[in-house]
Amino acid sequence: MTGARIPAVVVADIRKNYGELKAVDGVSFTVAEGEFFGILGPNGAGKTTTLEIVEGLRKADAGHVTLLGEEPWPRNPKLLPKIGVQLQASSFFEKLTAREQLQTFGSLYGVSRQTADDMLELVGLTDKADVQENKLSGGQRQRLSIACALVHDPDIVFLDEPTAALDPQARRNLWDVLRAIQARGKTIVYTTHYLDEAEILCDRVAIMDRGRILAMDAPATLVRGLNAPTHVVLQKGVLTREAARDITGVEDAQEDEVSLTISTRKPAPVLSALADRGTLDGLQVRTATLEDVFLDLTGREYRA
Amino acid sequence: MTAFKSLSSAMVKGFLRDKMTLFFVFLFPLMFLVVFGLLFSDAGSDKTKIAAVGEGPVLSALEQTGALELEKYGDEATARQKVNDGDLPAAVVVNGDRVDVTFAASDQVAAGTVLGIVSGVVDKINLGEAQVTPRFTLEAKPVEDASLKPIQYLTPGILSWAISISGVFGAALTMVSWRKKQVLRRIRLAPVSATTVLSSRVLVSVGTAVAQGVVFVAVAMLPMFGLKLTGQWYLALPLLVLGTTAFFAIGMLVGAFCKTEEAASGAANIIILPMAFLSGTFFPVENAPGWLQVVSNVFPLRHMNDGMLDVLVRGKGVEALLLPSAVLIGFTLVVGFLAARLFRWED
Repeated sequence: MTGARIPAVVVADIRKNYGELKAVDGVSFTVAEGEFFGILGPNGAGKTTTLEIVEGLRKADAGHVTLLGEEPWPRNPKLLPKIGVQLQASSFFEKLTAREQLQTFGSLYGVSRQTADDMLELVGLTDKADVQENKLSGGQRQRLSIACALVHDPDIVFLDEPTAALDPQARRNLWDVLRAIQARGKTIVYTTHYLDEAEILCDRVAIMDRGRILAMDAPATLVRGLNAPTHVVLQKGVLTREAARDITGVEDAQEDEVSLTISTRKPAPVLSALADRGTLDGLQVRTATLEDVFLDLTGREYRA
Repeated sequence: MTAFKSLSSAMVKGFLRDKMTLFFVFLFPLMFLVVFGLLFSDAGSDKTKIAAVGEGPVLSALEQTGALELEKYGDEATARQKVNDGDLPAAVVVNGDRVDVTFAASDQVAAGTVLGIVSGVVDKINLGEAQVTPRFTLEAKPVEDASLKPIQYLTPGILSWAISISGVFGAALTMVSWRKKQVLRRIRLAPVSATTVLSSRVLVSVGTAVAQGVVFVAVAMLPMFGLKLTGQWYLALPLLVLGTTAFFAIGMLVGAFCKTEEAASGAANIIILPMAFLSGTFFPVENAPGWLQVVSNVFPLRHMNDGMLDVLVRGKGVEALLLPSAVLIGFTLVVGFLAARLFRWED
């Protein structure tokens, strides 16, 4: 392809109503090739419906979607080999082993049987190749499910809450898998309701609530845009509240039974001033997170 | 490996690894075959047992008829008592040249049989004594009639029933579970046609039906059951295939309506059980009232049964396939069309 590259995903003002409920209410976004794009929001925000419309599984009531310049709806066999969709962790054939699942799904795309083993290696399931799917743990099934979405080497990968219901260790294992996929040059569009995770993994995120996108940018940009103060937390007793308030750049200082919390929008000079005084005992620095962004956008606590 | 081949092999593996399915497809119907086969194995009319007192040519001749079994008693009173008590239908007392028959008035059929045989024997001996050349001669010879021994009847019926089970359940449960587990969605997202998926599933069902046929016929042919195939038994093969597609279509229809596996099994049972009884799987439908026989004609299993009986044990030829095949094909097309219209990729 010459000239300007076609974006991997273009979504223009899609809408979907279920009766009175506006599940998706005018969503637009563009994802560049090779980008890791996160759609996040609480349950019922419209993430899954949006994803299903983009994947071509549902027809939008209005609006327009193109993937690599092709329309996904109605079912577009030309496009199908280029997209990979991860489904529920249980969507496997009965009684087949991990390797057989991958071989069978691969064969639907005319992929060689050897690919199955490569995929198992990518998601770290090589030693589980001959284990039947129902005997895998939740995290292993989740990884197998992702491997099934990747078996035909698609250009765009859609993942719907791949880390939901996993324990922290399994979640972190999966992050490695997702990073490895991105390293292969794939475009990833994924939904999650873990804000911390999106902050770590995504190049850009769209924050959704009630069928609309409230904000969309790189996580760090969103957080910076908040201009929320950074909190520096010290062990109680190393510094008095008054002394802390006297440091240049400190906006406020609060004390409770165990710690002293200093709020500042200029953390660098404040920290060096603290270091000069040798009062860094029990230091913790908390910057604003996407959670604060969400709170700021919706005016309510994030309910995952 | 093509999508068709690998889908088929995935389904065969899933089938062979699922003990529950194997049980319902093979062992469960086989249990019926064995139980009924053993229960009815020495059926056929029994000899009529009667009490006998005394001795002489009349009693020996009665024994040789092969229709009566004589239970000897020492005195007349005991023998009569047996009849009075209802234990035996009749008593024959031979006292020199005199033959007395006492019979229970309650059982007219048994009494008629006994009286007819006894008087026949007495007349024949009298004729022999009188040395007269008979004017009429009687010539009797046996023929193979159309009524069947139980195992001959049971095997085709139970085989057809088993195929209806695997066809309906196979299609319905696969569809419901694939939809529920989003395997259908995964297939829909792959560049593979619905025809490929459907035909590989049908092929697996047909293969299952053929395996069922081989196993059931082999078991029924064991000496203890004694099934004898007649003539062109291989004509059962097209019936197996057509029956499978008809039941598969029913299963697809069930699968289109039901959301859970439990609902699908329930619905499949509600269809299969009455159909099996009314179609003559376990006993001949000819014994049923006329209107019920008419009703039974709406079931594809009835026609499959008829066809199977004709080609497996009645020695009929290809002409016996015409009606059952036409009905099964018609059923497949109509129900299959409906199922296709009602098909849902997801809930």
